[in-house]
Amino acid sequence: MELGDHFFRRESGRLVAALTHLFGVHNLALAEDVVQDAFCRALEVWPFRGVPENPSAWLMTTAKRRAIDVLRRERTARTFAPEYGRLLESEWTMVPLVDAHFGAAIGDDLLRLMFSCCHPRLSEEAQVALVLHVLCGFSVHEVAAAFLASPAATQKRIVRAKKVLAGSRRLFDLADEDFIARLSAVHRAVYLLFNEGYHGASTESAIRVELCQEALHLAAVLVEHPLTSTPATLALAALMCFHSARLPARVDGSGHLTSLFDQDRSQWDRHLITEGMQLLDRSATGLNVTEYHIEAAIASLHTCARSMEETEWARIVNLYDTLMVLRPSPVVALNRAIAIAQYEGAERGLDAIDAIEDRGRLTTYPFYFAALGDMELRRERRDAARFHFRTALALARSPAERMFLERRIAACDADERVCLARQNGE
Amino acid sequence: MAQFVYLYRSGARSTEWSQSPQQAQEAMQRWMAWLKDLTEKGHVKDPGHPLERSGKLVTGRARTVIDGPFAEAKDVVGGYTLLEAADLAQATALAKDCPIFELADGTVEVRPVMSMG
Repeated sequence: MELGDHFFRRESGRLVAALTHLFGVHNLALAEDVVQDAFCRALEVWPFRGVPENPSAWLMTTAKRRAIDVLRRERTARTFAPEYGRLLESEWTMVPLVDAHFGAAIGDDLLRLMFSCCHPRLSEEAQVALVLHVLCGFSVHEVAAAFLASPAATQKRIVRAKKVLAGSRRLFDLADEDFIARLSAVHRAVYLLFNEGYHGASTESAIRVELCQEALHLAAVLVEHPLTSTPATLALAALMCFHSARLPARVDGSGHLTSLFDQDRSQWDRHLITEGMQLLDRSATGLNVTEYHIEAAIASLHTCARSMEETEWARIVNLYDTLMVLRPSPVVALNRAIAIAQYEGAERGLDAIDAIEDRGRLTTYPFYFAALGDMELRRERRDAARFHFRTALALARSPAERMFLERRIAACDADERVCLARQNGE
Repeated sequence: MAQFVYLYRSGARSTEWSQSPQQAQEAMQRWMAWLKDLTEKGHVKDPGHPLERSGKLVTGRARTVIDGPFAEAKDVVGGYTLLEAADLAQATALAKDCPIFELADGTVEVRPVMSMG
């Protein structure tokens, strides 16, 4: 039996969720101990006795046995899941209850834990850190590495977040009246996690791909469950599929970050594009058009185009217009301007940038200046282009971004030489 | 070919490896790869068994039974493997790639099985 690369990680969330349901959210640490113990046993036993036929079931059974031990040992000292109350106190009722609990739909527990982590009292960053740690099985160090934060600060943030989580005692109830509001918080957290991987500051490409994979996995959990498989969920999942499809081409053969303009489109993942298309089709029901629908539609036009030139820029501009109504932001306005520059030329693109109302908020964003540089370069104002790329370079957040921008500056110089040569040749 | 037993010893349980699910899985996969390699080269007679860290100790003429204080000890036997090698030198050399040395106090004791000859 071959295990997937992240098999333990996948199982971790399921096991923690099932145990948290049983123990109560306030006993999360105990649930985590039991799960760690189960992995420890697998690590000790499997190399010698082989991977069991059904490794998930093996881990589940091991965790269940351990949970029964813990309940026996601790039931006088602690209170466990309030909904089970006295049933956990007597030996007669406890074992059958635990058996039934582990036989039941663990998927529900996983969802409920996901919703619990997106608690309104937590900042979005704290929600994402908690989701990564509790549901995706990332250690504090792994979370810190993913966000380029110090382990101490990450530890603090997670400990604080867990306290808020523990305050609820029981997992979020999917029948709760806050369900819809909480679902959009979950969407935002999943998308934030994805974007951290896709655009984030972490330089190690392995970590970035892993974050995107975790976000896709969580989205798949939401898509699978009838309660959470809403049009917005489907659109979000589609959007992340389209972006992920382009991941293999974001870094070229020599390890350089490449922009959409220069990517080798043959490297895009066809399988993910097809999946994205199917999800996008399924998302087109109901009356509610969300930002995810629009972003997914834009991403689908990019992934379906055979080249930059064959991209349907007019439709993309229209979609950005809609997005500006649904969720206006300077970054959306900038992307709209970039699309306009493709469709109607660099001059119009620059006009659109000029027209961005709160443009001041973009001045710490390297790709704002990179966009200005690109447009200036296209209308052959190389000095202005160079100036913008240098400003962008000073703002770059990672070596990969720096290298990308240095190459744009080099492109200005090369462009100049070509022009000079052309003039001299005449 | 002669037979040897590897006795794997370490202190605290392999929690050093299970700081995160990913680390635990990767450590497990290194163990599997090591044993697989030995098996493919025809050295593994019996992969053996892992052992619980707790148990009983029967001791003395009075057969006093005490709880094994194994959990705290530094050199608890955590498992064993029976293997075949040309000689003690080869068996010892083969043990050097064992992942147990990633643990601070991990050891492999290599003991020749007494022959009938």
